[in-house]
Amino acid sequence: MASLLVRNGRVLDPAQELDGISDVLLEDGRVSRIARGLQAPGSTVLDASGLIVAPGLIDIHVHLREPGREDEETIQSGSEAAAVGGFTSICCMPNTDPVNDNPAVTSFILKEAERGALTRVFPIGAISVGSAGERLAEIGEMVNAGAIGISDDGKGVMDGQLMRRAMEYSLPFKIPLIEHCEDLNLSARGCMNEGYHSTVLGLKGMSRTAEDAMAARDIMLAELTGAHIHIAHLSTRGAADLVRQGKKKGIHVTCEVCPHHFTLSDAACRHYDTNTKMSPPLRTEDDIEALREAIVDGTVDCIVTDHAPHNPNEKMLEFDRAPFGIIGLETALGLVLTHLYHPGLISLRRVVELMSTQPAQLINQPLGHLKAGTAADLTLFDPDAEWVYDLGQTKSKSRNSPFHGTALKGRVAATIVAGKIVYQSPEYFKE
Amino acid sequence: MSPEAIAPESGASTPPTSRGGPVSFNAKHLLGIEPLSVDQIQLILETAKSLREISTRPIKKVPTLRGKTVINLFFEASTRTRTSFEIAAKRLSADAINISTSSSSIVKGETLVDTARNLEAMAPDVIVIRHSSAGAPHQLAGTCSACIVNAGDGAHEHPTQALLDALTILDHKPTLKGLRVAIIGDIAHSRVARSNCLLLGKMGARVTVCGPPTLLPVGFDRIGSADGSLAVTDRMDDALEGADVVMMLRIQMERQREAFFPSVREYFRYYGLTARRMRSAKPDAIIMHPGPINRGVEIASEVADGPYSVILGQVASGVAIRMAVLYLVIGGREHPSRALEG
Amino acid sequence: MSIMGPIEKEELMSSDQIARTIRRLAREILDHNRGQHGLALVGIRRRGVPLAERLARAVWEMQAVKVPVGHLDINLYRDDLSTVATQPIVQSSEIDFPLSQKIVVLVDDVLFTGRTVRAAMDALVDYGRPKAIQLCVLIDRGHRELPIQAHFVGKAVETDAVEMVEVRLNEIDCREGVLLVEPAS
Repeated sequence: MASLLVRNGRVLDPAQELDGISDVLLEDGRVSRIARGLQAPGSTVLDASGLIVAPGLIDIHVHLREPGREDEETIQSGSEAAAVGGFTSICCMPNTDPVNDNPAVTSFILKEAERGALTRVFPIGAISVGSAGERLAEIGEMVNAGAIGISDDGKGVMDGQLMRRAMEYSLPFKIPLIEHCEDLNLSARGCMNEGYHSTVLGLKGMSRTAEDAMAARDIMLAELTGAHIHIAHLSTRGAADLVRQGKKKGIHVTCEVCPHHFTLSDAACRHYDTNTKMSPPLRTEDDIEALREAIVDGTVDCIVTDHAPHNPNEKMLEFDRAPFGIIGLETALGLVLTHLYHPGLISLRRVVELMSTQPAQLINQPLGHLKAGTAADLTLFDPDAEWVYDLGQTKSKSRNSPFHGTALKGRVAATIVAGKIVYQSPEYFKE
Repeated sequence: MSPEAIAPESGASTPPTSRGGPVSFNAKHLLGIEPLSVDQIQLILETAKSLREISTRPIKKVPTLRGKTVINLFFEASTRTRTSFEIAAKRLSADAINISTSSSSIVKGETLVDTARNLEAMAPDVIVIRHSSAGAPHQLAGTCSACIVNAGDGAHEHPTQALLDALTILDHKPTLKGLRVAIIGDIAHSRVARSNCLLLGKMGARVTVCGPPTLLPVGFDRIGSADGSLAVTDRMDDALEGADVVMMLRIQMERQREAFFPSVREYFRYYGLTARRMRSAKPDAIIMHPGPINRGVEIASEVADGPYSVILGQVASGVAIRMAVLYLVIGGREHPSRALEG
Repeated sequence: MSIMGPIEKEELMSSDQIARTIRRLAREILDHNRGQHGLALVGIRRRGVPLAERLARAVWEMQAVKVPVGHLDINLYRDDLSTVATQPIVQSSEIDFPLSQKIVVLVDDVLFTGRTVRAAMDALVDYGRPKAIQLCVLIDRGHRELPIQAHFVGKAVETDAVEMVEVRLNEIDCREGVLLVEPAS
């Protein structure tokens, strides 16, 4: 009977209104007790003095590339990077090769995860067959096999009628429809945000309206159908306003934002570094401000990474030819703490809500809290530790991050999944 | 040789100055007009003026870049620009190697960086690159040890074109400062427009860009003009009003398919340069075009061949500008410190 | 330039001496070539140019004939372009008369290593095929690195290699004189 005693940390569990120094006893992969001065003879002890002990972080938007592009990432390597970043659960997008648009792929992912992943892995199925936007994928079969949501992420569902059908059809399964909002005609094969910088750089721009227009359509369809629409990687002021209004009207709309979208603007593209190319693209300073406002006022439900590994050779292509996306699992918490918590925009409690409590609710999983009897997924972090991100140390198989060499304040000390330590920082724990 | 042996013979160790300070190019690459200072632009123009004379001699060649290798790496077909760079290299006695790569190597999966690494084996001193992707020269500069000269990258910049345009203007006008320049046509997809706006803005000209709103990109009014000297208009007569220089840009026929405008006929009606429209410009205004010209699309034949047209002069200036650029970037490399021989 | 300027050691020529030397050199050039027939003066930028103009004026004063004067920029012909620290500014050469059948007298302020003259001769033959090239300098300070000698020398001066000879001409420097200076250590 394996047990682990996490001692003397500041236990922060918004779901139970817990915030104070306490011990947490984990037994048989579950949370057993939270109290001060716990004694548990025979159990491993982890001294968490000076650290925050939170329910494990959950990233509901990552790309693990397996099956199909195991050179870029595998379920195992992606989960290792996740563990380093403090994530205990990750949800993988279906745009693999083959696309996760049927229960066989869903099951394959779960089996592979069981075999080698350090974290929990929840597959997201495709909305349409091959994510081609033409016919509905076997949504029910995938849910039955373990999918927790559906998405054609990577591109928007251009056919409004198909989107309406998908929403209606998925109602009985009580899963979120996660939409990559981008009207592909309006984004016009652009490769960065349309604005002053795209004009100066001579690069084709993707207008913010391309995101806003589809977000507006999807929120209206959610109102019509009663489905749960979740706006993926929201990046514009316009889309944030739409979500805010939708929530006010009682529409079941939620949204997520990525750390790069509230920390970097399109000015970062000026050296044609393809590690500043992602979709949606880096937007303007005004959008950054709007995203921060939306995080503060509760419009934003969760922070995700949109971790998108790419082969270095492909990222070495010309800016307009290089693939979209950056890796982000290892930098997410550091960026959130550095840019949102330390400047005083949000509290640590809110950080935990955005990265654990609320994403768990969004995917309808009994995670994101430390109530007795729940899965013993914990993240221990030091909100004040200063460090520099080094891509040379990454556990991901890819290297496409714009944050190499970036100084961050706040880092993960240990990650515990089902009562087992899957990552511990040598800075905090010797052994 | 010891440094002392070639110490200055006279007091001429201070080079001529343009604006008070000593001038030197001090740049390894020419990636665009944007990073250039006014002094650097001035130096390129002055050097080009000095070099122009070489092309009028019986022996049109100087030994300056003997033993240097210039690779013209063209990923986009352009006979005119490539030939101009080739002649420039040869007049300076450099070995010029032309490599025209269609998109085939990209299809094969070879990246720009791979290509560049292969070229490094030839130990080139300069790589002149033309590429359909904006920023390709910048990526090359990051991986190669050669000097990189941008000969046009996507819709980004075409610095030598802007420089030769400036040289041509200076053949007809005493200074760029205060000059009213109208740039008309497909601004959105034009690297020539960007480089010219940047250069003319830095040199104190007042530029108005004009085209249908579909071909005027977001934020163009902020390009290269911290002082707001750049104006944007969709009315051609406004752009031409009082202009000293009229620069017409080429209209790509495929823009019609992409619904930037409905038809060539309609485009010409609103944005074509005719003799009647030219009456809004100053009587001594000159007309320029980076070529090749679509007669009857952006410019009427009578105007293109008319007395104000300096389109041919532009070609002659091109070689001199490219000679100056090759000379300056090669000389702009890092050297062991050594005094100047008198 | 360093804050510690070069140390002036000796005045080699005054303004008056320069003027007298120019007249003597003009006379020597005419004597050597038995008159001005077919003669042309080409000054090497920068200080060779005003010297060539002055020589032409002296010839005019002596014989009332105009000798054509050209300006030559030798920077494109230098052998040290890839090693000099400061890149020389290229200025135009102006030789607007045909060189063939001309006796060209190259004019420069100081003859030192001989490399400038070597470059000037290479440049000159690119303009045409002169009947002969002769060399006239205001100062010959020795330390030749090439087999080059001047036909006409204003003043030969023994110098140390580290010393510098500074020729100042009104047209360029707004003052007149020749100085021997030593660079500040």
